[in-house]
Amino acid sequence: MHKARETNPREAAPSRQKKTYLLGRLWRYLSRHKLLIAAALLCMLASNLFGLFGPKLSGNAIDAMGVGAGDVDFLRVFAYVALMAAFYLVSGLLSYVLSLLMIRLSRQVIYRMRKDVFDKLSALPVSFFDRYQTGDILSVISYDIDTVNQSFSNDLLQVLQSIVIVLFSLIMMLSIAPLLVLVFAVTIPLSIVSTRFITTRVRPLFRRRSKKLGELNGFVEEMIGGQKTTKAYHREDKVIARFDIKNAEAVDAYNKAEYYGTITGPSVNFINNLSLALVSVFGALMYLGGGIGLGNISSFVQYSRKFSGPINEIANIIGELQSAFAAAERVFRLMDELPEKPDAAGAQVLEDVYGEVTARHVRFGYTPEKPVLHDFSMHADKGGLIAIVGPTGAGKTTIINLLMRFYDADSGAIAVDGKNILSVTRGSLRRAYSMVLQDTWLFYGTIYENIAYGREDASREDVVRAAKAAHIHDYIESLPDGYNTLLSDNGVNISKGQKQLLTIARAMLLDCQMLILDEATSNVDTRTEQQIQAAMRELMREKTCFVIAHRLSTIRSADNILVIRDGDVVEQGTHEELMKRNGFYSELYYAQFETY
Amino acid sequence: MRHILKYIRPLWGCVALTLFIKFVASLMELLIPSILAKMIDDVVPLGDRRLIVLWGGAMVLCAAVALVGNIVANRMAAKSSGKITGRIRHDLFSRITHLSARQLDGFTVPSAVSRLTTDTYNLNQLFARMQRIGVRGPILLVGGIFITLLMDPWLTLVLVATLPAIAVLVYAVTKKSVPMYTRQQGILDGMVRVVQENITGVRVIKALSKTDYERRRFDRVNNELADKEQQVGGVMALTNPGSTLILNLGLTAVVAVGALLMDNGMTSPGVIIAFLNYFTIILNAMLGITRIFVLCSKGQASAKRVAEVLNAPEDLQVLPSGEKTGGAHIAFEKVSFSYEGVKNNLENISFSLAHGQTLGILGATGSGKSTLVNLLMRFYDADSGRILLDGEDIRTIPAGKLREKFGVVFQNDFLFADTIRENIRYFRELTDGQLEAAVRDAQAEEFIRAVGGMDYAVSVRGNNLSGGQKQRLLIARALAAGPEILILDDSSSALDYRTDAALRGALHERFSHTTCVIIAQRISSIRGADLILVLDNGREIGCGTHEQLMASCPVYREIAESQMGTGGEADGNA
Repeated sequence: MHKARETNPREAAPSRQKKTYLLGRLWRYLSRHKLLIAAALLCMLASNLFGLFGPKLSGNAIDAMGVGAGDVDFLRVFAYVALMAAFYLVSGLLSYVLSLLMIRLSRQVIYRMRKDVFDKLSALPVSFFDRYQTGDILSVISYDIDTVNQSFSNDLLQVLQSIVIVLFSLIMMLSIAPLLVLVFAVTIPLSIVSTRFITTRVRPLFRRRSKKLGELNGFVEEMIGGQKTTKAYHREDKVIARFDIKNAEAVDAYNKAEYYGTITGPSVNFINNLSLALVSVFGALMYLGGGIGLGNISSFVQYSRKFSGPINEIANIIGELQSAFAAAERVFRLMDELPEKPDAAGAQVLEDVYGEVTARHVRFGYTPEKPVLHDFSMHADKGGLIAIVGPTGAGKTTIINLLMRFYDADSGAIAVDGKNILSVTRGSLRRAYSMVLQDTWLFYGTIYENIAYGREDASREDVVRAAKAAHIHDYIESLPDGYNTLLSDNGVNISKGQKQLLTIARAMLLDCQMLILDEATSNVDTRTEQQIQAAMRELMREKTCFVIAHRLSTIRSADNILVIRDGDVVEQGTHEELMKRNGFYSELYYAQFETY
Repeated sequence: MRHILKYIRPLWGCVALTLFIKFVASLMELLIPSILAKMIDDVVPLGDRRLIVLWGGAMVLCAAVALVGNIVANRMAAKSSGKITGRIRHDLFSRITHLSARQLDGFTVPSAVSRLTTDTYNLNQLFARMQRIGVRGPILLVGGIFITLLMDPWLTLVLVATLPAIAVLVYAVTKKSVPMYTRQQGILDGMVRVVQENITGVRVIKALSKTDYERRRFDRVNNELADKEQQVGGVMALTNPGSTLILNLGLTAVVAVGALLMDNGMTSPGVIIAFLNYFTIILNAMLGITRIFVLCSKGQASAKRVAEVLNAPEDLQVLPSGEKTGGAHIAFEKVSFSYEGVKNNLENISFSLAHGQTLGILGATGSGKSTLVNLLMRFYDADSGRILLDGEDIRTIPAGKLREKFGVVFQNDFLFADTIRENIRYFRELTDGQLEAAVRDAQAEEFIRAVGGMDYAVSVRGNNLSGGQKQRLLIARALAAGPEILILDDSSSALDYRTDAALRGALHERFSHTTCVIIAQRISSIRGADLILVLDNGREIGCGTHEQLMASCPVYREIAESQMGTGGEADGNA
C-alpha cells in the first residue's frame, strides 16, 4: 500500500549542485554492487523488450486471420500465438528475477546505510545528543534511510524502465505507421501541460494537508495524555472546542488538496481515450486508403497505451525523488557530524588508579556566551566524599559532565592522580568511575543482562550478590521469571525506585576507584533508601565519591561539601563548618525544618 | 461497521448522487472500445469517411463526459468523506475526553491516540476510495463483461476464466505477506528501540566503554531486519509480474480462440481488437477490486476500534442526591478500592478534615497515596465506603460542580505546547491579575521573568523547562482559580528546600481558608499539617499530627529521623 511519501515539509528541495553531490555519495553505496546492478539492468532491458513484442505479434496474428470465415491461416496464427505466450512468459520471469535482484541490492544498501549511521552515532560526543531531539535522530535512521533506499533503488529503475518502454513503443509505432504517430503531437503536449498544472498546484496543497494532519495528531496526542488534568479542571468542552478548530483545518486542507488531486486519474484516462479515438479515426481513414492493415491498427492502439503510461509515471516519480533528496541530505548531514575528538597524541592509559581528583580554575559553558561554571576549583583525596549541593540549575550536573569528559572545559584543568585528564585516553578515564545517575537507564533485555552490563565477565554469583546488596534481590526473585525477566516498556510493572535500585546494583558490580552518584536515590522512597544505606556505604568505601543530592541528610557526613550557586562555589567545608558560617548552606538546611 | 454507517446516513443523498455520476462516467469509458469495434467492422467497410470522423467524435465525446463526470464525482467523494471523517473525529475525541479514568485505563492512552489518528485516517481513505474506485471497479467489471457478452460470448468466457487467477494471486500474496509484514514491523520496532536506548543511555554507554558491544547489538538487529525486508519484498514482488503475466496470457488466449471463431465466421477482427482493449480494462478493474478488499478489511478493523470507544457506556453516573448531613469539609468513611479487583489498593480508610485544614499523606511508592486523590476527585468510584464533601456523597454531585471545587497538581502532571500564560490559565476564564497572583504564590515569578515573561512558549510536555520550573507552573495553575480544596501530589519534589519552604509560607498566608491535601516524600513538606496519614500497602499505619506520630508511629519516626538528621543517623560515618 502506498505510504505517505509526500514531500516532507521540514525542508525545501536541495539545489542542483547539491543534488549532484548527493547522487555522488549515493553512488558510492551502489557502486559496491556493480555486478548486481549490471545484472538488474540486463534483466530490465530483456524483460521489457520481450514484453513489448507482444502487441506486434498479436497484430500479426490478427492479420493472419484474414477478413472472413475460412480465411484463417492457422499455421501462422498459432505460430504467432505460441511466440506471444513464450515471449510473455520469459518477460514475466525476467521481471520477477529483476525484482529479486533489486530487493537484494536494496537490502545491501539499506543495511550498509543504517550501519554507517549507527556507527557514526556511537562515535559522536555527548553534546550532540544534548542538542538533538531523539525523535529527529530516530526518523533519520528509520524513515529517511527507507525513503532514500526506496527512491534510488526502485524509482530510478522505474525511470529507466519507462524510458525503455517509451523509446521502444515509439520505434514500433514508427515502424508500423509513421503518420499515425503524429497523433501524439496532440496528446503528449496535452498530457505534459496537464501534469505540470496539476503538480504545481497540488504539491503545496498536499504539503499543507500533511502538515495540518500532523498538527491535529500532535494535538490529540498531547491532550489525551492530559485527559485527567482536563477533567480535574472540568475543561472538557473547551478542549473539544479547540480540537474542533484543528479538525476543521485538517478537513479543509484535505478538501483543498483533493480538489485538485482528484483530477489526476480522470485526466490520464481522458488523454488515453483521446489518443485511442484519434488513432482509431486516422487508422480507419488510412485503412480505407490502403495504408495500414487491421492487425497493425490493433498493435498500434496497444503500443499507444504503453507509450502514454510511463510519461505520467515519470512525472510522479520526479516528485518523489524530490523528497528522497531531502531525506538523503538529512542522512548525510548526520553522517558528517564531527565525532568525539580523538584522544590526544600519545595519550596514556589510566591504570592502577589511586583516586585523587583536582580541578583548577575550570571555566565552562555549553555555549561560549553563557558560561555555567566561572572559576571552579576543588580537591578530592583518595577515598574522600565530596558532596555537591545547590539549587536546580546551579551547575551540579555540569561538574559530572566535565569529570567524565562528556564535555571538555573551556579553560582550566582537571587532573586524576596528578595527570591532566586531557592527556589520558577517554576510555580508561571513564572506566575509572562508576556512575549512578538520576535518569535511570535500562535497556530492553533481561534483568540479569542489565545488572551485568558493565562487566561481561561477571558470574551469576556476582550479579546476585550485587542485587542483594542493592536490596532488589527479593523483588527480582518474586517475579515469575526471576533474573530472566525481560525489561520491556509494557511488560513488568517496575517502579522508578526499583529501576534506580537496579542501576545501583549495576554500579556495585564494577570495581572502580571513583564513584559518581547524581541524585542516585531520588526516587527510592525513604524507607528503602534507609535499607540500602549500608550497601551504599559499602559501595562507597575507600572510593573517591562525588555525590549530588537534594536530601541533605545524605550528605551530612561528607568530607567536603561544595555549595554551588549560579556557577560558582560559594562555600565549601564540612557540614559543621558550613553550619557555623550561617551562610547559604545553613539557609538551605534550615529551610527543611520550617513549618506552617 | 454499523455504527460507522450512521455517519454516512445524513450525507446519503450526496453519496448516492456521487455514485450515480460515477456510474454514468464509467459507462462512458466502457463504450469507447465498442465504438472502436463498430467502426472497424461496420463503418469502415462502408467507406464513408464522414461517418468515421463522426464515430470518432462520439468516442471523444464519451471520453469528455467520462472526464467531467469522474472529476465531479471524485470531488464530491472527497468532500463528503472529509465531512464524515471530521464528524467521526469530533465524536471520538469528545467521547475520549469524557471517558472515565477506568475506561481510559482499559483502552490505554497510546491506543486511544492511535484510534483517533491512524484509525480515522484509514476510515477516511476507505470512504474516499470506496466512492472513487469502489464504484468504478465493479461497474467496469460487470459492465465490461455484459458488453463483451453481447459482442461475443465465447471470447468472454476466455476473459472470465482468467479473473479468478488474478484474484487467487492477489489473495495468496496478501495472505502470506501480511503476517510477514507484521513481524517485520516488530523487528523494526526493535531496531528503533536499540537506537533510542543508545541515545538516552549515551552517558552510561560511554562511561562503561560499551560502544563496540552496542555496535554489535545494532548490527544483529540491523541484519535481521534487512533479511526480513528481503523476504517480505520477495513475496510482495510476485504481484506485479504475476498479474501482468496473467493478463498477457489471457490476451494470447483471446487471439488464439479468436482465430478459431473467425474461421467459423463467428466473430470479426474488429471484435477481437475491441476485446483486447476490454481485456485490459476489465483486468485492471479486477486488480482494483481486490485492493478494495484489502482496504475494506483494514477499514473494518479500524471501524471496529473506533466504534468500541464510541459505544463505551457512560461511566460514573450521578446518583440522586440524598440527605445532606453537614459536617466536615472532607470525610472518608471506611473507603476501600481496588484498580483491578485482585488486591485492595486502599483498604478501610477513614478520616475527616475541617475547612481550612491541611492533610499530609506519607508512604512508600505504591502505598495508595495517589489512589486516595483519584477517589476524592471521583476519577474512580470506591468499591465500598463513602466519601463526603460537606456531608454530601460525592457520587451525588454533578462532575462539573464537584471538580470546580478543586485545584490540583498530579504527579507528572501535564503541560502542553502553548504560552506559560495559557498553561496556567488552562482554558478557564481567569483575569491576568489572578494569573499573576498565582505565579507569585507558586514562587514562579522569578524564573518566568528570566525566561522572558508569561508569553514564553512552553514546548510539548514542557520539555524546555526544568523539573522545578514545571512544578511551579503546575502549582500556579492549581492556585489560580482560588480553589476550595487544593491537592498537591508529590508536586514539590524537584524544588529545593528554600523554594519549597517559601511556597509553604505563601500557602499558609494567602490560602488559609483552603483545605489542602499534600502528598510528599519529604517530611519537611508536611510536618506542619493538621493531620498526617501514613500509608503502607493501602492501609493506614499512622494518623495524627507530627508530634503524635513521632511518639506513636515507628515508621514515621524512622523516616523523620533519617531525613532531618535528628537522631542517631547524624554521626554515621558513610
